[in-house]
Amino acid sequence: MTMVLMLTSLAVLLFGGAVCAFTKGSGRGASIMGVVTSVTGAILAIGAAGTILWTGGESSLRVPWQVPFGSFYIAVDPLSAFFIMTISIICALAAVYGTAYLDAYRGKKNLGALWCFFNLLFASMLLVVLSRNGILFLIAWEGMSISSFFLVMFEHEKAEVREAGWVYLIAAHIGQAFLMFLFILLAGQNANLDFDKFTTPVGAAAAGTAFLLTVVGFGAKAGFIPMHVWLPDAHPAAPSHVSAVMSGVMIKTGIYGIVRIVSLIGAPAQWWGWTLLITGAVSGIIGVLFALAQHDIKRLLAYHSVENIGIICLGLGLWLLGVSINNPVLAALGLMGGLLHVLNHAVFKSLLFFGAGAVAHATGTRNMDLLGGLQKRMPQTAMAFAIGAAAICGLPPLNGFVSEFLIYLGAFGIVAKAGALGSPAAGGLIALAALGMIGGLAAACFAKVFGIVFLGEPRSEHAVKAHEAPAPMVLAMSVLAGLCVILGLAGPLAVRLVTPVAGQLLGNIQVSETSAMAQGLLLKISLACGSLIALAAFFWWLRSMLLSGRTVAAGPTWDCGYSAPTSRMQYTASSFAWPVILMFQWLVRPRLHARIRKEFFPHYAELSSHTDDPFRQGLFAPLFKWAEVLARRVHGLQEGRNQLYVLYIAITILVLLLVKVR
Amino acid sequence: MNIMTSIIHMFLALVLSPLLLGIINRVKAVFAGRRGQPLAQPYYDIIKLLKKGAVYSSTSGWVFRLGPVTGLASVMVAIMICPAGGHGGLFSFAGDFIFMAYALGLMRFVTVLAAMDTGSAFEGMGASREVQFAVIAELVLLTGLAVLAAGTREVSLAAIYSKLWTASIPPLGPVAVLIAFAFLIVLLTENARIPVDDPNTHLELTMIHEVMVLDHGGPDLAFIQYGAALKLWLFAALLSGLAIPLRTGQPMTDMAVNVAGILVTAIIVGMIESAMARLRLLHVPQMLVVALSVTVAALLWILR
Repeated sequence: MTMVLMLTSLAVLLFGGAVCAFTKGSGRGASIMGVVTSVTGAILAIGAAGTILWTGGESSLRVPWQVPFGSFYIAVDPLSAFFIMTISIICALAAVYGTAYLDAYRGKKNLGALWCFFNLLFASMLLVVLSRNGILFLIAWEGMSISSFFLVMFEHEKAEVREAGWVYLIAAHIGQAFLMFLFILLAGQNANLDFDKFTTPVGAAAAGTAFLLTVVGFGAKAGFIPMHVWLPDAHPAAPSHVSAVMSGVMIKTGIYGIVRIVSLIGAPAQWWGWTLLITGAVSGIIGVLFALAQHDIKRLLAYHSVENIGIICLGLGLWLLGVSINNPVLAALGLMGGLLHVLNHAVFKSLLFFGAGAVAHATGTRNMDLLGGLQKRMPQTAMAFAIGAAAICGLPPLNGFVSEFLIYLGAFGIVAKAGALGSPAAGGLIALAALGMIGGLAAACFAKVFGIVFLGEPRSEHAVKAHEAPAPMVLAMSVLAGLCVILGLAGPLAVRLVTPVAGQLLGNIQVSETSAMAQGLLLKISLACGSLIALAAFFWWLRSMLLSGRTVAAGPTWDCGYSAPTSRMQYTASSFAWPVILMFQWLVRPRLHARIRKEFFPHYAELSSHTDDPFRQGLFAPLFKWAEVLARRVHGLQEGRNQLYVLYIAITILVLLLVKVR
Repeated sequence: MNIMTSIIHMFLALVLSPLLLGIINRVKAVFAGRRGQPLAQPYYDIIKLLKKGAVYSSTSGWVFRLGPVTGLASVMVAIMICPAGGHGGLFSFAGDFIFMAYALGLMRFVTVLAAMDTGSAFEGMGASREVQFAVIAELVLLTGLAVLAAGTREVSLAAIYSKLWTASIPPLGPVAVLIAFAFLIVLLTENARIPVDDPNTHLELTMIHEVMVLDHGGPDLAFIQYGAALKLWLFAALLSGLAIPLRTGQPMTDMAVNVAGILVTAIIVGMIESAMARLRLLHVPQMLVVALSVTVAALLWILR
């Protein structure tokens, strides 16, 4: 039954994609076809995933296939089901949002192709988490990279979009190259690429190599630092609903890959946990710091994806650390926290990208310093964005807090248990210090985004003429905002979603204990959150009672007696973030461009700040330069002269003969 | 008995917290050779504000109106978790301090957004500084609690605080003192006291917390001032529980000692305010880094 639902879902998506590709005209037909098939496919897939998550167990289908080493072997187990659910929710809502968002491009761009690739991306993501054969997995993975590449290239007439697309394509394929090596290693002596027939690597070195290939290969997709360089370019370049899908769920397939492969390659060593912990801490802190320094709202959100992938990675690090030191509570809390953060981040990050898209749609700019005062012009978007912003900072009573709490709990638990003696406690300390720092910086960053974009007065004409987003966009945002609140207040239920997944990987008995403990704690937190909301409502009521019958006046903002305040005198996004960036300037290296005339009566001055990604300039640029030099050297061997090639063949045969004769 | 103590402590916090501000002002007055305002002046201020009408900036919207009520609600929930001496608050569970720290984070977030809702440059500056200092202050708070958790091998505030000064091997006295010092710096930062912020300055450019609430008036300002008093009580309770090495095992006695400690903390804050000048804003992060180093030193003591 599960398999029938899943296959139907895939078929519907592919059918919809194919039909969209051949639609003509303004694109209205393609939009309708795209959204209908996406939502139908999502509902079918959620049905299948929900059954597995509810009842546990596994459902699989294995069909022989003519491809060497390949077999069409797909399965749904709780781990896959959890990711299928996350992917489907976000993709369905993105499709709904997309119908209205793409209206502006109708008649100008080929929307049929866009919807075709959207459906393909959705289907290939589902296939990635379904497939249980190396070849099938790599094909699905490649399909995911290619279809998202074409989606990023939607506005290919812009130079920066083309640049972003190429960087993304290269990054995706470098990651894929590592995955190929990984599967070759895992196929081993059996030469069988079915996941259940993998040879577990023998010896610490082989297992360690497999682990490193996993982290690098999947980390390139997930966006671990320093492999994140494609993210801040690709997310702003893509249409907003595509950014939401890419940032909300596509990069999570990297996390899925890590969890899946690590569960197949044998007992983890302690340093695996350390690797993920340190990667997570570095990605988290550097991601949020660079986010703070951005002026483009979508670029900022892209860096926040790096940060949240870091938080997820911290959870996974605690999981592996817990398994390796045989501490089931730590392992379960880390894994459940990390996985739940996958869902939570998908929800609030997609919401924020939708919001950013609505802002760009309404104002025509993504530069925060040109915005302001949008709360009055687009109140529903502002409300939804505010909820998403508070959720991503991990503030109660919203969903981000629940998953971060689980990771914190694991970290504090191990610190208290080991009494700061021994390295596991140091791992816990790293995790909680990183989380604490990320929390503070994320709050600073989203106070900046929401405060500058939605509050205050408009800073330019762009913001003055803004309007509320169309109904489908508001609907998609409202659903996600509602999910943020529900998953936050119903923490125990959220934990139940990931309990079967953790049970599958760690053993049901041990996980159910930890899960029951965490649910008990989250129930108390839900109570505390409930009293927080009740108290706030009470004070709101009290204030309106006190103010009824008294004079409530409106006036201008107090500006210290200055007589002619203008909206340009407001604090800007750049100046808001500047003090924090200065504290970390040794890391972020912001650049200031000042043009100040040194005359007695200067009538013009200019100051702007700019932050480059040092990993791109400092790490990858030299690396690719070096690769190019190397390629040029090798180039001499193949210059297009047939005579030379005949000589190569002759020499090769000669060498082979000599080897054989000897 | 235990739950009774928690309820009484909660009640005392709600009633007595504005008195802390009165004590600080009186101490400062005495040091300056003035007679000073009445001890109950903060109560008079709050009552006076509750009786007033309100003026809202025409720039502001619902965020501005939501800030004060959510802020007060958050700090009240945080107070429910705060331990009374060696005994837990109303809510006590494993990891309760994480929720407490994040409830305070929520209070800060809504205050900052409410400030930015006015579109004033000054309030923007205050908001920017508030979030800047919070980055390190929150880190110190969480790592300090982690060190205490490592020392006592407990993960709830009640258990940590009750075990801290009772027979523990190795003795945790030095750890408690070091963390208490770090928390004192966090207290001064989080509650906008000298040397971080001067509530009495008359230049909006230099203020942090006070400038963020420039545009609030009437009942909103009363909520904010009461919330600030509760926040001061919360940090003072955490601090005096660390610094006072007395655990009788009798909940009521311990709680009474803790409340006395909280009042003494107010006197100490008043003395610090009288003896020091405000730091340059650029130097505040350095002071917070000192607190972080002290926390790490405490960690080293446990590792020793």
